[in-house]
Amino acid sequence: MIEINNVSKWYGQFQVLTDCSTQITKGDVVVVCGPSGSGKSTLIKCVNGLEAFQQGNIVVNGTSVGDPKTNLPKLRSRVGMVFQHFELFPHMSITENLVIGQTKVLGRSKEEAQERGLKLLDRVGLKSQADKFPGQLSGGQQQRVAIARALAMDPICMLFDEPTSALDPEMINEVLDVMVELANEGMTMMVVTHEMGFARKVADRVIFMDHGHIVEDATKEEFFGTPRSERAQQFLSKILSH
Amino acid sequence: MNYHWNWGIFLEQVKAGEETYLDWLITGFGWTLAVALTAWVMALLCGGIIGTLRTAPQRGLAFFATCWVELFRNIPLLVQMFLWFFVVPELLPRELSLWIKQDMPAKEFVTAVLCLGLFTSARVAEQVRAGVQSLPNGQRMAGLAIGFTLPQTYRYVILPMAFRIIIPPLTSEFMNIFKNSSVAFAIGVLELTFQARQMQEDSEQGIETYLAVTVLYFICAFVANRGMAFIEKRSRVPGFIATSK
Ligand SMILES: Nc1ncnc2c1ncn2[C@@H]1O[C@H](COP(=O)(O)OP(=O)(O)OP(=O)(O)O)[C@@H](O)[C@H]1O
Ligand SMILES: [Mg+2]
Repeated sequence: MIEINNVSKWYGQFQVLTDCSTQITKGDVVVVCGPSGSGKSTLIKCVNGLEAFQQGNIVVNGTSVGDPKTNLPKLRSRVGMVFQHFELFPHMSITENLVIGQTKVLGRSKEEAQERGLKLLDRVGLKSQADKFPGQLSGGQQQRVAIARALAMDPICMLFDEPTSALDPEMINEVLDVMVELANEGMTMMVVTHEMGFARKVADRVIFMDHGHIVEDATKEEFFGTPRSERAQQFLSKILSH
Repeated sequence: MNYHWNWGIFLEQVKAGEETYLDWLITGFGWTLAVALTAWVMALLCGGIIGTLRTAPQRGLAFFATCWVELFRNIPLLVQMFLWFFVVPELLPRELSLWIKQDMPAKEFVTAVLCLGLFTSARVAEQVRAGVQSLPNGQRMAGLAIGFTLPQTYRYVILPMAFRIIIPPLTSEFMNIFKNSSVAFAIGVLELTFQARQMQEDSEQGIETYLAVTVLYFICAFVANRGMAFIEKRSRVPGFIATSK
């Protein structure tokens, strides 16, 4: 489903990603973790072409992301993305947030899009908020709407960039629950997160990044059993202890 | 001061004609509104486009937009008025130049609108650019991630918020355009300032004339201000607190 082959990326002189390779097969849930600044966000944004990379290639569902001939908007419309700061469109109601991509990008009728949007809103437990605006919802609610918005496009896979790290602790679980459900339904997911509970529950593999390198790419059992690299061990002991 | 006050002057007939001085001022007021409002529509359209282009990732487009802004905001408005009126037609092909000078309908009006519209567009463009840049980059990413093209992302995501954010500075540009339209008198548009000068010379009641004109300009600016405040209120986003990046 997602193949990342020897990807390197520079910001000017500064190398953010060095020779990153991994594969995510259909239905897999892969958790990406690592210290701040290690390049996790950059890597996940390369997958749907929000960031360009200079070397290597990424293939999503048979389409090469780096190829200049690729229709990136079309590819992105099939890859759901959820951001740390939700990024709902503040001037649109919740329903409009869910509808606009379906009508303007997928060409669905307004009625069809609304029906689909409301169904997904119900699924994330927010049907009663349909007519509110993003600024009137809590962070956890906004993030659940953001997930519904991505799902409304019928994505073939989902990317999450620290979906819970901007949330107050009591709201983290309502978002994680939605993600766990999604994982259990067989959605292909690439999730940047430090929520190791989530990783333990649903991840198939865990990737550990440091300084732009993929240092560890292991099954969940291997990773939580005995990480092979010292840096991953240090990182784990730090985030598991607090 | 032995000035002879005469507030009844507005209802008196002008020296050579049937109309009253009030008719002159009303005609002038009408042209002022016409110049200012037409130029404002033009300034919003061009300013919106140019301001957007200034934030575009394509270097060439951004450079073109920067040149536009620098050109129109670094030359005094009055000089621009004369340039458009006297110089630009000379630079055009002969046929066109002749047509403009002899046959173009409402030549002064068209020139004044073009000049004032472009001048103000540079200022609007700067506001639009600032508005776009004040939005978090995540909004652009979210628009693109949903599958919008970059123009769609601007159209549906970025510009609706950017324009809301810049309503206060746009309000003062809108008020300025009425005041700046008085420069059009220099190329012979029969707007309020032009008519006021004519009335002053004709009637020799300069004080009444300019007090009346002052009130009329004041009303324009005041109504413009209230109108924009109304739009701001109508377009307010529920629950949205302006965040600085
Ligand atoms: N636009 C940019 N220009 C220059 N450097 C950048 C840019 N964006 C990110 N970087 C740098 O690239 C590195 C990787 O950034 P990235 O956001 O991918 O890290 P991250 O692993 O997601 O960190 P965090 O956990 O803080 O989100 C950082 O050192 C960052 O400073
Ligand atoms: Mg990050």
